[in-house]
Amino acid sequence: MAKRPIEPFLWILFSAGGVLAALLIPVLLALFGLAFPLGWLPAPDHAHLLAVLGHPVPRVVLFLLGTFSLFHWAHRFRYALYDGLQIKHLNELINLFCYGGAMIGSAAAGYLLWQIP
Amino acid sequence: MADRITLQLARYRPEEEPEPSFQEYEVPCREDWVVLDGLNYVKDRLDGTLSYRWSCRMGICGSCGMTVNGEPKLTCATFLADYVPGPVRVEPLRNFPVIRDLVVELGDFMRKLTSVQPWIVREEEKPLSEGEYRQTPAQLDLYQQYSMCINCMLCYAACPVYGLDPKFLGPAAIALAQRYNLDSRDQGVGERLEVLSQDEGIWGCTFVGDCTRVCPKNVDPAGAIQRYKLTAALEWLKGFFVPWGAR
Amino acid sequence: MSEPPAYREFHPRWYRPRMSTWWWLKRGSHLAFILRELSSIFVAWSVVFFLLLVTAVSRGEDAYRDFLSWTGSPGILLLNLVSLFFVVFHAVTWFNLAPQAMVVRVRGKRVPGAWIAASNYAAWALLSALVAWLFLGG
Ligand code: SF4
Ligand code: FES
Repeated sequence: MAKRPIEPFLWILFSAGGVLAALLIPVLLALFGLAFPLGWLPAPDHAHLLAVLGHPVPRVVLFLLGTFSLFHWAHRFRYALYDGLQIKHLNELINLFCYGGAMIGSAAAGYLLWQIP
Repeated sequence: MADRITLQLARYRPEEEPEPSFQEYEVPCREDWVVLDGLNYVKDRLDGTLSYRWSCRMGICGSCGMTVNGEPKLTCATFLADYVPGPVRVEPLRNFPVIRDLVVELGDFMRKLTSVQPWIVREEEKPLSEGEYRQTPAQLDLYQQYSMCINCMLCYAACPVYGLDPKFLGPAAIALAQRYNLDSRDQGVGERLEVLSQDEGIWGCTFVGDCTRVCPKNVDPAGAIQRYKLTAALEWLKGFFVPWGAR
Repeated sequence: MSEPPAYREFHPRWYRPRMSTWWWLKRGSHLAFILRELSSIFVAWSVVFFLLLVTAVSRGEDAYRDFLSWTGSPGILLLNLVSLFFVVFHAVTWFNLAPQAMVVRVRGKRVPGAWIAASNYAAWALLSALVAWLFLGG
């Protein structure tokens, strides 16, 4: 068989990210981006947050959410650039930017989540 | 109801002009008239030089597809009365090269269609004495929707991905590949996968979804493509975890 | 390349217009498509935002308080408001399109798409409630 196609793999990452992002990001962003800063809801105190984030399950969930969502972005954004701006000839640069960015972001996510005391 | 309506027809006469232009004709607007009737009226009574394709005038042959007021339509199934007071602007199908007036070049589509082998592929035919290939209603149900396609190419005209990159295999060809992939009598899944899983095959699709919206036969090509992506992705995973198992 | 041979003159000259760069502005469904694709930018921003939150929390109480006041600044608030709009748009389009991409059969019968979409929304509501409970009370 010829070279293993990479496209199905990227699509799996894209889809998994799409599902996770759709299920979890709206509520997280609504809480931390709007509800707490605007005082609609009392922001959790530091100790409580630390306890939640310190637990392995939320940590793993956040890690998966982060990596898959970033690859979701990479895939979609790449095609949006192809279709929306018609710059497919910059293919290699776009791939490097999108998937490279997602990889760096995932590594950073892993490191930062690992760091939680 | 107005008894006449204006048609603005795209004319392209390559031997005379470098670009298409519009020409207006006034035709009767009868309740039971479709756009195609209007075109026939023009051709028969007003201007015999108009070129366009049609055949069955009943939504079966798929040859009368044109752009009506910006939308890809079967002109034999689009009533003039719905466009009162007019004008009705008729252009050739988008995304295809125009040969003349309302006639587009469909060689590219035809080649794509045959590339996915839209027929039943058997590794070995069973001998005649064993009788026909039987199918249960449930097995028929798996693919019947996709078998309704009449190759009218409206979905290609609606697809921006095809417009941007003519190498893209396109909606109807993939839906028809699915039609045979899902047929219990067929054994050509592997061969079709080679064509479909290329970058210009299913992966080129970004699920804009307009193909499904314009399809006059409710084939849902967009759904077929996404379903096939799922299948191909699962195949890929299978090959990843059991590399020695796959072909 | 030399000039094309003379008989080309009578060969049909096909007219093939190029698609405009701004094609996605000309049709409602195309605009919705491009907005849907651009929602991915805000998905990515959300991830970055959460990672900043995580960093602040692990740095300690003061850093967390600074983070909270930073999220209250108008620029960030506005950005998050826009982001929220886009991620909700992403979620809704994603859940609505899901039934088209997967066919679920129960005892040979195709499950209607509306049910699949409904179960997606139910899962969404449930998980959102769970997350909110986790951070607010739990
Ligand atoms: S899938 Fe629908 S729109 Fe496309 S060629 Fe077939 S019948 Fe026409
Ligand atoms: S003329 Fe046959 S489909 Fe319209």
